[in-house]
Amino acid sequence: MYQLQSVTHAYQRRGQTVTALDDVTLDIPQNDFIAVVGPSGSGKTTLLSVLGGMLAPTAGQVVLDRKSIYELSIAERAALRQQTIGFVFQSFNLIPWLSACENVQIPLMLCGQSPDKQRQRALELLDRVGLSDRTDHRPAELSQGQQQRVALARTLANDPQVILADEPTGNLDSDTRVQVMEYLTEFHNDGRTIVLVTHDAQTAAFAKRTIRLVAGVVEETTKAEAA
Amino acid sequence: MRLRSMVWKELWQRPTPMLTSLIAVALGVTALVAIQNLTVFSERKISEDMASLGANVLVLPPNVTLEDYYAADMHGQTMPEEYVTRLALARMPGVENLAPKLCLETDVEDTAVTLTGILPRSEFQAKAAWQGIGIMPMSDAIGTERGCCPTTVDTEVDAAPESLATMRTISQLDKRDVILGSDVATKLGKKVGDKVTISGDDFQVLSVLPTTGTIDDSRLFAHLHSVQELADSGPVVNVIEIMACCEDAAGDLIGNLSAELPETRIVTIAQVVETQVAVNRLMSRLSWVFFSILLLVGAASIASVMYANVTERRKEIGTLMALGASRGFVVRMFLGKAMLLGLVGGLMGFLGGTILAAVLGPRLLGITVQPLPELLAIGMAAATLVALAASFLPARRAAGLDPCLVFNDA
Repeated sequence: MYQLQSVTHAYQRRGQTVTALDDVTLDIPQNDFIAVVGPSGSGKTTLLSVLGGMLAPTAGQVVLDRKSIYELSIAERAALRQQTIGFVFQSFNLIPWLSACENVQIPLMLCGQSPDKQRQRALELLDRVGLSDRTDHRPAELSQGQQQRVALARTLANDPQVILADEPTGNLDSDTRVQVMEYLTEFHNDGRTIVLVTHDAQTAAFAKRTIRLVAGVVEETTKAEAA
Repeated sequence: MRLRSMVWKELWQRPTPMLTSLIAVALGVTALVAIQNLTVFSERKISEDMASLGANVLVLPPNVTLEDYYAADMHGQTMPEEYVTRLALARMPGVENLAPKLCLETDVEDTAVTLTGILPRSEFQAKAAWQGIGIMPMSDAIGTERGCCPTTVDTEVDAAPESLATMRTISQLDKRDVILGSDVATKLGKKVGDKVTISGDDFQVLSVLPTTGTIDDSRLFAHLHSVQELADSGPVVNVIEIMACCEDAAGDLIGNLSAELPETRIVTIAQVVETQVAVNRLMSRLSWVFFSILLLVGAASIASVMYANVTERRKEIGTLMALGASRGFVVRMFLGKAMLLGLVGGLMGFLGGTILAAVLGPRLLGITVQPLPELLAIGMAAATLVALAASFLPARRAAGLDPCLVFNDA
């Protein structure tokens, strides 16, 4: 599914060159569930941005389904995210002035679906994550765990092949953390590819395999080691 | 959910900053609509007044200015009454009617009044018959067979003495008749049929004029020849008012009159009207200046609010982009908001300006103001364009945001 070939991303900060990803070569097959762990500043989020088509590497190639995504235009990459990639964020990133249902409708609206179809699909997804009684609540009216479940429903809206999750349990208590990871496992079992960035070993343990990033360099580890 | 419902919901989420911009835009349109409205209806009223005034050309003695005439036409300068006959006989195209006048300060029952001598048109007819010209049913031109004005004199209305108040001429007036202005009639306590003694001569009140709001309200009108006798001035007049077709008054007529009466000063009231119209035009231009300044203030306010909005919504915009929103979508989201502000601001400004003009029009200018739909179109279009232009750069900045900022440590 994903092939990263000698991907390097470096940027300048205060006159110094920082290498966030250093010659990363990685193959992520379809229906993989991969956890990316590593210390802060090791390049985990940079890797996720590169995989999401939002940050062009300074060198190397990122191929998704045989398409080199950084050879696509900005608009084509936006369309690719819309159709193929779903995101889960640590701070949920729900739009605060929209209801839970409307938040889930956003990807569907961007695809041009009719408002009726959007709402119907959003209600189905909210039901799937156990929030059918909170559809008209705004994010501020929901608990952290409920907000993350809304975000998960939003991620599924366009039925993406890939889910990129950035510390999805970082702001959650242990019970809710397990619940969210069970949902992600369920999505993986549906046939989706999941790339999960986390600091937490317990969270990483839900993945099929774990890679460790240190100073932008990938060290593949076994599941047992990561845990 | 659609883009427009997102824009609408976001607008209501943060209404306060936008309200300032909205007010600035609305004020710009209000200024334009109010002043333009007053200008348009003021010009229409001038045009109507000109049409109803009748007299639009004055023949004055050479040393008399228009200001002297308007001061009360008591300038003391005279010219021979024979000029009236010369004008009548010249049969100039465009001359519809003549109204010679002589004013005299006198006392009526110990009250100081202005007595104005006027010549009824029956006198012209008599003179014309005497000269063998066969002049004029009153609705025809005095000098030619053609009636060129779109609004010719109404013969029946003109036959009533009260027509003097509006038409400046009267059909019949006996030498012992007097017509009272409304104020002077009240002051003297006289009504139709009463006797009035002026400088020892008795006159009968033929009519009391309706209130006109002009200097005529405080005057008495009598036959020109009677006033000449009372003034012991001989056959002279202070002014000859000419009711001329507007198009002729603006064309060759003034030159023809000057050639016919080189000893006089010919003034067209069109000059006065032009001055008023020029003031109106200045107001109109000023309204565009106010409009531009206030819209610029509105534009600066919108731009500032939009930039702040982009900064405030960085994470939100990044999230939308991560979810697949194109740059075009983000631009449309901000420009949609700007368009809404422009349309609402334009509509509010139109309503505010029209109401303001409707309130001020009767009080300041004595005019009735109606809504002008073209100003709605201009106001809304201009306000929308300004709002869109002011939001263009902030919208582009939003579209250019790095979507990676959605991530936690970005």
